[in-house]
Amino acid sequence: MEIPRHWRLRQQRYGLIGELCPHCDTKIFPPRDICPACGHEAKTSFAFSGRGEVFSFTTIYEAPTGFEETAPYTVALVKLEEGPMVTAQLTDLGDDKPEIGMPVEMITRRLHSDGDERGMLIYGYKFRPSMKAV
Amino acid sequence: MTEIIIAGIGQTSVGEHWNISLRSLALQAIQIAIQDSGGLKPQALYVGNMLAANISRQAHLGALLADFAGLTGIEAETVEAGGASGGAALRQGYLAIASGLVDVVLVVGAEKFTDVIGPDLEVALATTIDADYESIHGMTLTTQAALLAQRYMHENHIPVDGLAGFPLTAHANGAGNKNAMYRKAITLDDYLKADTVSDPLNLYDVAPNADGAAALMLTRRELLPKDFPHPIVRLAASTIASDTLSLAERNDLLWFAAAQASVEQAFQKASITREQVDLFEYYDAFSIFAAMSLEAAGFGPRGQGWKLAGDGSIARSGQLPCATQGGLKARGNPGGATGIYQAVEAVDQLRGQAGVNQIYGARTALIQCLGGPGSIAVTHILESIE
Repeated sequence: MEIPRHWRLRQQRYGLIGELCPHCDTKIFPPRDICPACGHEAKTSFAFSGRGEVFSFTTIYEAPTGFEETAPYTVALVKLEEGPMVTAQLTDLGDDKPEIGMPVEMITRRLHSDGDERGMLIYGYKFRPSMKAV
Repeated sequence: MTEIIIAGIGQTSVGEHWNISLRSLALQAIQIAIQDSGGLKPQALYVGNMLAANISRQAHLGALLADFAGLTGIEAETVEAGGASGGAALRQGYLAIASGLVDVVLVVGAEKFTDVIGPDLEVALATTIDADYESIHGMTLTTQAALLAQRYMHENHIPVDGLAGFPLTAHANGAGNKNAMYRKAITLDDYLKADTVSDPLNLYDVAPNADGAAALMLTRRELLPKDFPHPIVRLAASTIASDTLSLAERNDLLWFAAAQASVEQAFQKASITREQVDLFEYYDAFSIFAAMSLEAAGFGPRGQGWKLAGDGSIARSGQLPCATQGGLKARGNPGGATGIYQAVEAVDQLRGQAGVNQIYGARTALIQCLGGPGSIAVTHILESIE
């Protein structure tokens, strides 16, 4: 059980909350308190839109412990429209094949269980193909 | 300036040593290295290890191995830098001798990956990547490499067999190394038929995790025994540089900035040019790493490093022989021991005792190990002295 570790990341996991650099306007995710672009302090909260596109992806067949039940699954680097790149699984692909450049949006899903059948279920962001208005 | 000499080398075979413990494996390499040095007595021990606390339930390897090797009393500690732990331990040894405070150093790299199997090993390996933002999403070291390869092949329009030359070269060389895990050459057809591990990487793009231990004895030139029996090999440069731990946070995904920085500093320190490098032991934990390492070291233009594998440049008969004893792919990847294996193999080449894999006339060797996808890069240059 690692409750504090997951609890303290709840803003990032459920809300994609990062930071905005007040000095150079760079959008930062995950939060890191020092702007990677200009090196100044950056602690202003910033909520990302959750929209982005697939920069790279791969499908995992031999999953690590804790992820066997979801294997095979697809992990991507998603380039958010505000700039930063995030690591996340792709979900709800249906018949779509993942591809570089695919527009995606954030959705909250179960990331994994900690093994024990009465153990903690950990939720957080994944990305799905962007929904289009019909 | 003090000349820092690699006076002794030792290695065990790399493979699945189910019946040998971490401490026994390390001891074998230590004993060979001490004997090879002409019986020098180490005053300090630096242990390169990646995951023993996790997979062997054993931390505190400095005390354990100093004691087990009959060296109780000397300075002893572990150095950890992910997959670059071995190189980082060698760097500590270099610093200790260069400082003038220590006369003789023993560096040992040891890893027992087979103390766990399958999914549990994947989890253990994934503790070396970002826990909060990578491994929680099911990311592994192999996944990181696959994400790099997917983008690299996309941007550079690389055919599906574009990286094949790396494992083909490694296996051709592994065939001549009695300590290698895989001693059989493979064909392009074998490569093309291999199962996908994590697209676009197949089984042959991924080096096997294995058990192994390798050791080095370092000292100053003036302290070598009078009847020292080997051609003398010195450490001409030792450098480490870092990059973001998380792959997603790189400014430039397809560039190993730490690898480039550490190589450039090493060339400067050793006062050599890249044309003087006779062989390069790169960190081919994944074939894409080999391509990007060649580019970072300046041996090929960006996006073109993969071509050096296809055109024979990195073969033993080529312009820049690489992975001359099989590299990680065929010799095997024993985690924190890997960087020490690279040094042992380079010393064998520079002493002229590399057997059927000897690079004729080799004087200067470049070796580099990486922690993660170049999150840490450790580079050493070894030179034979007349």
